[in-house]
Amino acid sequence: MTTYTPALERSLPVVEKAQKPRVTPGRAAAQVFMISATVLWFTPIAWAFYTSLRSYDETSKYGYLSLPHHLTFMNFRNAFTQGNMVHFFWNSVIVTVPAVIITLFFASSVAFVLSRFRFWFNIPLLIIFAAGNLLPPQVLITPLYRIYLTVHVPTFISNNGLLYNSYAGLIVINASFQLGFCVFVLSNYMKSIPHEITEAALIDGASVWTRFWTLTLPLCRPALAALATLLTTWIYNDFFWAITLISSGNKRPITSALASLQGQYFINQNLLAAGALITAVPTLVVYVLLQKQFIAGLSLGSSKG
Amino acid sequence: MIGIPLVVDLFFIWFPALATVFLSFTTWSGIGGLKAIHADGVQNYVQAATNYPPFWPAARHNVLWLVVFLVFATPLGMLFAVVLDRNLRGGRIYQSILFLPVMLSLALIGIMWELIYSPNFGLINNLVGRHGNNNAIDWLGNPHLNLWAVLVEACWRQAGYVMVLYLAGLKAVDPTLREAAIVDGAGAWQTFWRVVFPVLRPINVVILVVTVIESLRAFDLVYITNGGANGLELLSVLITKNIVGQQSRIGFGSALGVVLLVISLIPIITFLVQQLRQEERR
Repeated sequence: MTTYTPALERSLPVVEKAQKPRVTPGRAAAQVFMISATVLWFTPIAWAFYTSLRSYDETSKYGYLSLPHHLTFMNFRNAFTQGNMVHFFWNSVIVTVPAVIITLFFASSVAFVLSRFRFWFNIPLLIIFAAGNLLPPQVLITPLYRIYLTVHVPTFISNNGLLYNSYAGLIVINASFQLGFCVFVLSNYMKSIPHEITEAALIDGASVWTRFWTLTLPLCRPALAALATLLTTWIYNDFFWAITLISSGNKRPITSALASLQGQYFINQNLLAAGALITAVPTLVVYVLLQKQFIAGLSLGSSKG
Repeated sequence: MIGIPLVVDLFFIWFPALATVFLSFTTWSGIGGLKAIHADGVQNYVQAATNYPPFWPAARHNVLWLVVFLVFATPLGMLFAVVLDRNLRGGRIYQSILFLPVMLSLALIGIMWELIYSPNFGLINNLVGRHGNNNAIDWLGNPHLNLWAVLVEACWRQAGYVMVLYLAGLKAVDPTLREAAIVDGAGAWQTFWRVVFPVLRPINVVILVVTVIESLRAFDLVYITNGGANGLELLSVLITKNIVGQQSRIGFGSALGVVLLVISLIPIITFLVQQLRQEERR
């Protein structure tokens, strides 16, 4: 079935899949292209890492583009202690963990209703959630900023009695903003679960709650895991909400604290590189261990509409 | 079960979105409570267009951002996906590295690239030998260069993002479709454009929507680079500047927000129309 013309692009992946890929000009060109792109893409990361491993004395003497005389992790240690990183990491945990849990719980309950019942308001609701997630955050920020300064909440939620400049406020906005995307993904996912399962339970007299909590949610575990990975990364990486809604520097999560770190280490690039790379550690852990989940989450959101 | 999430979504997302529209027709400094809000017609819009120097540059920069994404970053990401979909040797490694920037926060990306662009210590100037104090190229400081420099950073991330989305779509294409095309004598080029690409219409729309939305949301990179000034103005930055900080011009900031809102409605509606069509087909 394969009459190969050696010409470009004649090597067809489907035909070849079973056999060993043959080297053709097309494939060779693809390899060259991908290798150059990958090298190019990796350079900024490698450069930051290289810079961070060198002492300030060495780079100021020999320049940054020079072979290493001595590599050290000192910059990481210094950045970690001088930058008070433990504190900022903890802020990130305080914000990210509750935000992810709240988002997933809210989103799955909405999705359950949308996928298991036929109400007239299902479509409008889906629109409200799905569209809200697409708005640029800057469209909301002006009134939101005033709301955060005006709304009073009990002091056990926020020390200053306001949503502004509080962890609670940051959690709430991150959760609300991600809610739409998760509702969208989860309701599609739940629609793909056969109705018979919950119908059988209904006949056995199971309550709505049982059908939701003990039947549907366990079946959604793959989607929930993928979304949890995605949300953790996104909320951890959030910069805008924290910059605008948190005024005191020491309450900021680590990603937004980068802005002040940058000012602090302005003169020492090596230290700055190390400090910046430290903030990437949690996302790199996700990248190494949960890359599949992360990609699955993105694909769930985009492919099956 | 849907009550609380709905209220939360309406109060924190849709209420502010609508309030932006309302406030854009008023003046308010934020002092003196809600009673101090005065109706002001379309004055804020007139001001923005005629008497606010950063407005048009910012709008231009946003458009440029979108164009660069549309003609460069997004097609490049799609090309990566199409090439990787051919099961190249080492494909997984390529994919992992191209995808790495997507995991990093934009703030971190901004700082990492400062190490590349820095006039005296940066990789580029050292490579091309332009790091002396007099002839150094100030990539991020020169207002004619810095937007392009930051756009490179943005594309670095966007291409990987699009690649992953598109790859998922490509993997979902029914292989028999391609086999049929091949049996009929179509080349790889034809198979892609005539068979695969049309089948991927839904994901193409999603990628288009993501591209437009991402370019409207652009904020973090320019903010971390220089606060979004001196050649790096964007609408998103102007909005933030007008409401946070000493001078709070809420009505004016809102008017800028509405400009962003109106533009973003185009991709949002595109996306919804597609979703509803699929919903009907079920």
